[in-house]
Amino acid sequence: MIPEILQFGDTGFGDELVVGALVTLEIALYSLAIGLALGLAAASAKLSRAPALRAAAEAYSLLVRGIPELLIILLVYYSGGAAIEALLKIFGYDGGFDFNKRLAGSLALGLIFGAFASEVFRGAFMAVPKGQIEAALAVGMTRRQVFLRVRFPQMLRFALPGLGNLWMVLLKDTSLVSVIALDELMRETSVAAEATQRPFVFYLAATVLYLLLTIVSDVFRARLERHANRGVAGEAVPRRILRRSA
Amino acid sequence: MLDLWLRYGDRLIDGAVITVKLVALACLIGLVLAIPLALARRSDRRWIAVPAYLYIYFFRGTPLIVQLALLYYGLAQFEAVRESPLWIVLGDAETCGLLGLTLNTTAYVAEILRGGIAAVPKGEVEAAEACGMSRATVYRRIVLPRAIRIAWPAYGNEVILLMKGSALVSTITVYDLMGETRSVFSRGYDDTVYLYAAALYLALALAVTGAFRLGERQMNRYLRAAG
Repeated sequence: MIPEILQFGDTGFGDELVVGALVTLEIALYSLAIGLALGLAAASAKLSRAPALRAAAEAYSLLVRGIPELLIILLVYYSGGAAIEALLKIFGYDGGFDFNKRLAGSLALGLIFGAFASEVFRGAFMAVPKGQIEAALAVGMTRRQVFLRVRFPQMLRFALPGLGNLWMVLLKDTSLVSVIALDELMRETSVAAEATQRPFVFYLAATVLYLLLTIVSDVFRARLERHANRGVAGEAVPRRILRRSA
Repeated sequence: MLDLWLRYGDRLIDGAVITVKLVALACLIGLVLAIPLALARRSDRRWIAVPAYLYIYFFRGTPLIVQLALLYYGLAQFEAVRESPLWIVLGDAETCGLLGLTLNTTAYVAEILRGGIAAVPKGEVEAAEACGMSRATVYRRIVLPRAIRIAWPAYGNEVILLMKGSALVSTITVYDLMGETRSVFSRGYDDTVYLYAAALYLALALAVTGAFRLGERQMNRYLRAAG
């Protein structure tokens, strides 16, 4: 049933593709971690009272929004690598710098995710009702406690749908790091396609694997949203999902 | 840094022209195709709605770079394709890239339009029906014009995403802005060319944003006149 070239083992490329898909997932998770941290930092900067911080965060969003993802990856890998090498030279290290591809790819994708996530976080922070913050202050919580107990958890609930969308985008964008020859799913696929001269079979197999990742993420996302909304009356099932099945 | 621009600037500009051409055409054709697709997706008849849903899910659920590779490298594997009239489109990297971008953006725009159509106030549709308009007329005069206005900002976002996505046609050997950039880089490994490309893409994105703002004002000028 499965063509021989797609089987596991020495004769087929099936195992290579699956390993590639796992690398894809790994890169996506690293990027998610970097991107969430960057996004939160940039959102705080956007909401801060210091104009310089606000301007820097806005510039970051604008740059990432206008420059193709592919170009950002190449910029981070080549220009970023060259910059680090130059920096190391200043400190007297002359051994050159070999930019780890996974690190460079995850950094670039994290940078992209962070820029869009900062908008999601900003909107979510602003969506927390003022009355709740006032109530928390009124019962005597400190600013820190208000943030940790009220603003942050409430914000997460509002941010979740937006972050879910960004995760889907991120998952697909991992395919772009194949341009720096990182051995994720897309790269493994094109190597196999070239080696066997059967590109259609392999690219089709790759789309199936990407679709699987998407579908699994979709299910997981719906669960997470339901979990996040469990304390809200009438919102136990996110409205978007109701509409989809109707 | 400047002599790189003096030497290769023309090539980058040529590439940018290709990028603009591809994006403009894909946008235009994509919008035209997205309208029936969005209507099909909303249809009550399952045999119309389900294929539309699958089309949209497929193109939104897989990376554009894989879609392009499947079209350009994948389909070329078959003798039958190479000998069919389809080859006029698929055999040339640029038209194949245009096809890929168009198929992809159609799915996204259909989803955006669907949201716009759903957001058209029910009362307006009922009023039009009460005036005796047929279903087709209601769609042509009320629903679609309103839906496009509602969906316009989201559509502007999609055009910017499409422009950024168009850089991927460089992976199927199209010499768009990204393709020229990568070819210049491969000659001398001078990474400043990436900075030039970034500046050009940024300028294009700002131009698109500006154009959409202008379009939005033009489109909604009747609201201002009333207010």
